[in-house]
Amino acid sequence: MLKLLWLVPLLPLLSSVILILTKGKLDNTRVSYLGVGSVGLSALIAISCAINFNMAPPGSAYTQTLWQWIDVGTLQPSISFYLDGLSLVMMLVVTCVGFLIHLYASGYMYPDTDYSRFFACMNLFLAAMLILVLADNLLLLYLGWEGVGLCSYLLIGFWYKDPENGRAARKAFIITRVGDTAMAIGLFLLVRELGTLDIQQVMDQANHIWKQDSGYAAIIALLLLGGAVGKSAQLPLQSWLPDAMAGPTPVSALIHAATMVTAGVYLIARSHELFLLAPDIQMLVAVVGTLTLLLAGFSALTQTDIKRILAYSTISQIGYMFLALGVGAWSAGIFHLVTHAFFKALLFLSAGSVILALHHQQDIRKMGGLYKRIPFIFIAFLIGSACLAALPMTSGFFSKEPILAQAWSQSPILWLGGLLGAFLTALYSFRLIFVVFFGEVKTETHPLEVPEKEQWRMSSSLIALSLLALFGGALTLPLDRVLPASDPHAPIGIEALNTVLPIIGIYLAYQLFMKNPQWLDKVMTSPGAEKIKAFWFAGWGFDDLYDRLFRFPYLRLAAALGDDFADQISRITEKVSSYGHWLMGQTQTGSVRGYATVMTAGAIVVLAIGALS
Amino acid sequence: MLSALILILLIAGGLAWYFGNRNADIARWIALGSLGGMLMFMIPLMPQALNAPIHHGVEISWLVYQQNSWIPRFGINLILALDGLSLLLVLLTLLLGVIAVAASWHEITERVGFFYFNLLWSLAGVLGVFMALDLFLFFFFWEMMLIPMYFLIGIWGHENRHYAAIKFFIFTQVSSLLMLISMLALAYLHYLNNGHYSFSYFDLVGTGDQSPYGFWLMLGFFIAFVVKLPAFPFHTWLPDAHTQAPTGGSIILAGVLLKTGAYGLIRFLIPLFPDSLNYFGPYAMAIGVTGVLYTAVVAFAQTDLKRLIAYTSISHMGFVLLGVYAWNILSLQGAAMQMLTHGLSAAALFMIAGAIQHRIHTRNLEEMGGFWASVPKIGCITLFFAMASLGMPGLGNFVAEFLVLVGSFQVNVPMTLIATLGLVTAAVYSLIIIQKAFHGPQTDHQQMPDFDQREMGAMTVMIIGLLWMGLYPQTFLDTLAPVFAQLDGAVIIVENQVNLPTLVSHLEAAQ
Repeated sequence: MLKLLWLVPLLPLLSSVILILTKGKLDNTRVSYLGVGSVGLSALIAISCAINFNMAPPGSAYTQTLWQWIDVGTLQPSISFYLDGLSLVMMLVVTCVGFLIHLYASGYMYPDTDYSRFFACMNLFLAAMLILVLADNLLLLYLGWEGVGLCSYLLIGFWYKDPENGRAARKAFIITRVGDTAMAIGLFLLVRELGTLDIQQVMDQANHIWKQDSGYAAIIALLLLGGAVGKSAQLPLQSWLPDAMAGPTPVSALIHAATMVTAGVYLIARSHELFLLAPDIQMLVAVVGTLTLLLAGFSALTQTDIKRILAYSTISQIGYMFLALGVGAWSAGIFHLVTHAFFKALLFLSAGSVILALHHQQDIRKMGGLYKRIPFIFIAFLIGSACLAALPMTSGFFSKEPILAQAWSQSPILWLGGLLGAFLTALYSFRLIFVVFFGEVKTETHPLEVPEKEQWRMSSSLIALSLLALFGGALTLPLDRVLPASDPHAPIGIEALNTVLPIIGIYLAYQLFMKNPQWLDKVMTSPGAEKIKAFWFAGWGFDDLYDRLFRFPYLRLAAALGDDFADQISRITEKVSSYGHWLMGQTQTGSVRGYATVMTAGAIVVLAIGALS
Repeated sequence: MLSALILILLIAGGLAWYFGNRNADIARWIALGSLGGMLMFMIPLMPQALNAPIHHGVEISWLVYQQNSWIPRFGINLILALDGLSLLLVLLTLLLGVIAVAASWHEITERVGFFYFNLLWSLAGVLGVFMALDLFLFFFFWEMMLIPMYFLIGIWGHENRHYAAIKFFIFTQVSSLLMLISMLALAYLHYLNNGHYSFSYFDLVGTGDQSPYGFWLMLGFFIAFVVKLPAFPFHTWLPDAHTQAPTGGSIILAGVLLKTGAYGLIRFLIPLFPDSLNYFGPYAMAIGVTGVLYTAVVAFAQTDLKRLIAYTSISHMGFVLLGVYAWNILSLQGAAMQMLTHGLSAAALFMIAGAIQHRIHTRNLEEMGGFWASVPKIGCITLFFAMASLGMPGLGNFVAEFLVLVGSFQVNVPMTLIATLGLVTAAVYSLIIIQKAFHGPQTDHQQMPDFDQREMGAMTVMIIGLLWMGLYPQTFLDTLAPVFAQLDGAVIIVENQVNLPTLVSHLEAAQ
């Protein structure tokens, strides 16, 4: 079965190509069979590959080379897929969660006129994402990396008639491209220093050639980190993700929660040998993660758009994954990636159902009391939030706990940041529950404009994701031989604190947003509170800062250079010669007396020169 | 045999003019038939080029070689030859010629015969440039491609065509005069040393550096080539010429004519003046890198769609300059790939711009918007080529730019880092095309027809070409590898000051 590995990315790609070539002429049923079916098939193949892989001796890896891509000098990347424990986990998450989201989307997007274009982009995305996780060399990984960026751009700007969506799409593409450029430079350096881009060879050679704390390892790790923070929306390149919510909700679930934004985490885990050689950069990963998870946590508290809250929450949760990688809890970071994919996809999809039920209302201030109206979605959302808040026995608990424990053993300050973040997570996620589903009804629900069969698909997708989110914590990932082991244990008091604080956060949310809202009003009247709220609401002012530092200067520069000053210079010669033309023209007066005078004067001058020389 | 190729195009051009006066369709079919036929004729040479042996030295094995005496008194010969590089560029020229004919099919309705006469003569000149190995002959063809292009812009161009045509002519003419002076000086130098004149490439390789005026002679070639490339700050003729030229003219200009400058650098300038890599390399790279970023910013500010694309062309050609002067196998392969991929992607973008202008009679981006709904085919295809232009992996442009950057990184890190910023600026200008023309609210120009079969056919060819170069570039890299191995060998030997007569005898023995 492993021989069929190449079909896993190919099937969605093929379906995407068919959908593009048929130019939207297929009816919705056919499109959904093609779009969802291809992903389902690819998920089945992925699962059977996983079963086969598990039967192989532990620690082994499988490489499948399709063809030689480029062969110039020492640069010889091929189109090859590499399957080991890590890429297997990623492949399963991408195909299985991807399938469930596609299934849901086939109902959610049903009324949209561009149904076919939607699935063409979604399928293309999955193909690129699968190439990214399966690539055996960094150049092929970069192909997938840019490919998912393109699809993210296309899907954020899916409803293209609104220029705001286009702006958000370009913002996402360009900011991540800044990170990608850093990563590209890292690749140039790798080619120069090691002469290869094959991931396993790079890691082997790096361990042989470079010593601990090597400067090259540090620079390359830093450049790869640059790519990772762009794609995974971490500090300082996090500001595109909240705006990316302009895309349809299944897109937010698939690309901007479950898969693409975790590519940075995968990249760092994939190249962990480099980071182990550069402990300073690894510590930087942890610091970036901690700062991001706190910043995004505070911002999530103040948002009013249901999708933006979830977006900030995603940034914050990926911050946890970075923290995990940085403190050396490698497997725990990937485990959190997996469980996060389950519960955040669940949260986004149930938020999508809420939004559909309220006729595209996304403002939580206009929601309330929905638990009676849409109880099924309420339960799904509750399960998602419980996992997000890491309540005991949920999958989020099992993945977050080892991260905090390992952080404690590495650096208590990072642990404290993570703990505060866990408290914030509980607070904002249950704020959402209490505000949206309890209290008085503010907007009435509408029946869905989706046929019965498609509604059933949406529900079954939510049920499957709920089960995964609840019980995903029981999974064991085959990462032992791929990533360095860590056995985090913190003192029992610390572990208790890690467990209890989220519960306190939920209680506080209950008090502030349900029982005693006047407390919150009181807090808001204190001096400076409004300003801080506005600051957090605006994502700590990063948009404004980058506008001033980069966007406006670039626009001014473009406006100043728009006429192309080089062209202005070349036009000077033009002006000089036409001025000369005008000057000479002036002598053509038509007056015979004038001509005679000049002629005589000229003759005298010539004669004089002749006589004197 | 090679001269017959050029001759066929010249005769076909004459016939097109003659018959075009009676029936325009005959002229179109003559042009299409002659270019298409030659393309079919040349493609069978590819397997031979692919399997050409790689010599890391000066032995030269041409795929096809032709030498006739022309003006023996001045040592001027008719030397035409094909190797992998020439062959690929000849194929590109013929392919884009066919596409230019297709693009002009309905657009050109006035003086059709004379139009195709100029198109074919210009292409004949380009073919000559890519095959000539006698400096005088090279100059002859260099001039031959200019004048028909001047007419193409000046007669069938848009509102400001006379200005653009004259600007194009003066820029290229003045710069090629400088090159002529350098060529004459080299031939005279050969006379001083050997007692007879010679314009032969084989006699003159490496001799430029021996002259005390070597730098100035090199500069003459350099200016001629970078004006054509074009590189900052000599690029200013190009936006005007492109904007005003008819679609067919733009396709030939961007796709083929610019490549003659790059080809000249690789084939003539560096081998004639190998030492210039050392003393001039960093400056040339700086010019290239400045061009990459500067024109990317200028492109973003344009409101005229064709002008915007013209500036992106200049930006992409900056990578070629960087790659050539980094002069290692990676960067040279990248530069050559960039010539091929940019040939296709820029030609396609100009064809799209021309198609839009033909439909709605404006090139102004501010008057466009929301086209996606009404013309999804044009939208989807533009998106494809915009992605090619911003260097999306999987398409040829990525392979080219990546190779250039990897190669130049080994030579000059600061220049490469600056050029890499071009990846971000390319995203900025490429996405703004999509946003302004295809996204956003719909404008008045609702009812324009989508691409027809003829246009889709041309686009399909170019899309397949870019995917091929992006996913299996080895076909092209293998064709180019022997060329660069041998050029590199020649340059290294000259640099090491191996006794020149031996080199020349080597080169001649290899013929």
